[in-house]
Amino acid sequence: MTISFTKHRLENGLDVLLHEDHGCPIVAVNLWYHVGSKNERPGRTGFAHLFEHLMFEGSAHHDKGYFPPLQGAGASLNGSTNADRTNYWEVVPSNALELALWMESDRMGYLLPALTEAKFSNQRDVVLNERRQNYENRPYGLAPMAMVGALFPPDHPYHWTTIGEIADLHAAKLDEVRRFFSTYYHPANASLVLAGDINPDDALDLARAYFEPLPPGPAVAPVRPEPVPLTAETRLLIEDRVELPRLYVSWLTPPMFADGDAALDLAADILANGKTSRLYRRMVFDERIATDVSAVQNSREIGGFLQVAATAAPGHVLAELDKVVVDEIARLAADGPTADEIDRGRVQTEAQFMFRLQTVGGFGGKSDQLNAYNTFVGDPSFFERDLERYGSVTTEALQAEVQRYLNHLCRVALSVVPRGRRDLALPDSVPADVS
Amino acid sequence: MGGDGGGVPAAIENGGVPRAVKIDRSKLPEPGASRPFRFPSIDKSALSSGLRVWTVGHPAIPVVTFILLLRRGSADDPPDQDGLAAMTLDMLDEGSGGRSAIEMHEALGRLGARLDSDIGSDAMLLGITALSRFTDPALAILADITARPSLAQDDFERVRQLRLHRLKQLRDVPGAVADRAFVRLLYGDHPYGHTSLGNEHTLGQMTLDHVRAFHRAAICPPQATLVAVGDCDHDAIVRLAAAAFEGWEGGVAGEGAAGGTFPRPARLNVVPRAGAPQSELRIGHVAAPRDTPDYHALVAANAVLGGQFVSRINQNLREDKGFTYGAYTAFEFRRLPGPFALHCSVQTAATGRAIQESLSEIAAIRGPRPATYEELALGVAGLTRGYARNFETAEQVARAVAQLALYDLPDDYFAEFVPRVERVTVDEVTAVASRHLDPDRLTTLVVGDLEQIAGDLADLGLGEPVILSTEMFC
Repeated sequence: MTISFTKHRLENGLDVLLHEDHGCPIVAVNLWYHVGSKNERPGRTGFAHLFEHLMFEGSAHHDKGYFPPLQGAGASLNGSTNADRTNYWEVVPSNALELALWMESDRMGYLLPALTEAKFSNQRDVVLNERRQNYENRPYGLAPMAMVGALFPPDHPYHWTTIGEIADLHAAKLDEVRRFFSTYYHPANASLVLAGDINPDDALDLARAYFEPLPPGPAVAPVRPEPVPLTAETRLLIEDRVELPRLYVSWLTPPMFADGDAALDLAADILANGKTSRLYRRMVFDERIATDVSAVQNSREIGGFLQVAATAAPGHVLAELDKVVVDEIARLAADGPTADEIDRGRVQTEAQFMFRLQTVGGFGGKSDQLNAYNTFVGDPSFFERDLERYGSVTTEALQAEVQRYLNHLCRVALSVVPRGRRDLALPDSVPADVS
Repeated sequence: MGGDGGGVPAAIENGGVPRAVKIDRSKLPEPGASRPFRFPSIDKSALSSGLRVWTVGHPAIPVVTFILLLRRGSADDPPDQDGLAAMTLDMLDEGSGGRSAIEMHEALGRLGARLDSDIGSDAMLLGITALSRFTDPALAILADITARPSLAQDDFERVRQLRLHRLKQLRDVPGAVADRAFVRLLYGDHPYGHTSLGNEHTLGQMTLDHVRAFHRAAICPPQATLVAVGDCDHDAIVRLAAAAFEGWEGGVAGEGAAGGTFPRPARLNVVPRAGAPQSELRIGHVAAPRDTPDYHALVAANAVLGGQFVSRINQNLREDKGFTYGAYTAFEFRRLPGPFALHCSVQTAATGRAIQESLSEIAAIRGPRPATYEELALGVAGLTRGYARNFETAEQVARAVAQLALYDLPDDYFAEFVPRVERVTVDEVTAVASRHLDPDRLTTLVVGDLEQIAGDLADLGLGEPVILSTEMFC
């Protein structure tokens, strides 16, 4: 199983990828810009995401909302920003492909003439409310800020979260928005996928007609900071409006697609994904000291981090949970996974890959997948090799990566505890500076 | 699914031959004729036990989805046992026959299958999605879970404790607090007056016998429909289902919980949350049931008012005022009259103005500022033109078909939806809005920082706010 496609680089550097699937009379238009919060600088965080909002506020030839014409044609649409990239997509009935290309190309080529202080100020307010809703007013919502702040040094591009700091959002200026657009939002820093009910030749003609006249922008240099390993354990705490304390433990790990990434992804599943996982069985099922536990290998372009999170049951302190985390990782490092764990991991990976192929569009469908491979690996045909990365993980390899990366002397441990209950945190934790 | 109907996609006129496309930025391109889409046809059988088996062929990807729909939900929780249906549903995957919970999940893991469950007022559903080559074992596990759960004491204690801890945590989640308090305000002791979670008091008193009794009464073949969607043959699935569900018998068909009267809540209610940077808002009242003849007109009216990004409410509160990350309204159509509600989280300083704007938008669409032809056309287009994308994956199709089973809708329901909604006129929108929205009866609930918003609330003219204690719904 794979995703068939053709790839074409336009004269201005824009990659156009075409994938045919006539199962449903719809086309996914999926556009990635290779820019995210990693391209921001300290003091101006949150900028890439704030900018994403402005992309929906109109461009020179359609200086009003981005939604109405597309929705009127039956599209569903959205965008998102993370540390490494920003994506925009429309899933349109096949008869509205040209409309979507008109709209996407207009905002790629002609956003700035339509940008005003009023739009900027309105969307900054919206983003500040997004931050209140999803971080400040949500239990454990400030944990991500504290965690990446401690995992990465202040000048590292992963030191801040994509939503940004409040003061930075207030400090952002309109002329910085213009510079940001000119630097990153242009054909040579973008990749366009058209997937679904298309005739590839005609779809390519349309893409050329709308995008090729746009001038290429300046080459964007890759962001490649020197890796700064953790050399000690950092223990932090946040007092929050929560009923139950939660422990977050993270280690620095290899970047997306690098050696060790797939093995650690499987290790995270073996540790804490679902009822059969080692930490869940022990903490939630048998000893009943936790109410939930999860683990994820956050694979990113420059570097990854594996994070375990567990919430204590009433009457238990986070040190009890940590002891189990340390024990179980030591056991995995010493004995490796069982053959059954490896087998289940493989078939689950295969199924997950296949489930993703069920849709052409939206977040995580085939179009997004092609763009991820094209943007991060430069090769949209990476699907099979990606699957093979998981299929080839051996017991020994997984064990070796766990030994190498999940070292308890070099990690960040964050305790989020109810207000006034610092006694529940890991000993010697110091308050994190987040808001 | 409708994919081999022939013809060339409408936007593309000269397949294969390169052509010079002329672009014109002075106006937006008009979409061409839409490509016809055939809605899934459903093959139906019933087993002697009463279990209905419905299948839809969907061969795109070698993946199969099974959904087992049960026409019993949290509205069927017995009095003082709020949360029993959800608790029972949660116990089903805790082992079966000789297999422990862990062993059952290991078996699922070996198939790479995804198991999920869902519960609402009127129904419960269990779903399993797997690679096609695992169709047989996936269905066998689904049948074990449904028909033969172990329901053991030790598992019950663990699951109940976890649910109690979850309820405790939800005391700090503003959206969850608002949802739970709002249904209590709107419905009181009516079967819809609690969420499926139940509360700390009822869960504290629940026993395994309650769960066993509910399993016997509610999770039985006459209440159930098995939907299978994928690269599958109807007769083969019926045979598999008969074998997998063998011995699952008993129970009776029949309507769920009877309705009751609705309370008359205060206009303005607050759950205090000191220091909150935002106020979580719910504004609404009990409205229409699923079988209202006004269904399609109400769906269209809601698209204009608050069902979409471009709707009046979101344009006003987000795109014009910047008060919120997003606001929407919905009629929840259920077997008995469901709620109409506006959902939104606004910055604390804007609480009063956001409520004012919301109330006046709801009142306006009833006549003072009726839906315009353009607004309705846009709202309807958003509902209809992209309708086909709701039937792309096996899971989407299975969930859609389960809706037919739940509310006794005809097989041509999906094919008819688009023309029915397209026929709705602006006058009908005004008429149904006027009939089903009552500004004098709207109840507002705020979860927010009372000290900071008290002054603004007093200016709303909705009377003295009633301060709700969390004991009312937690």
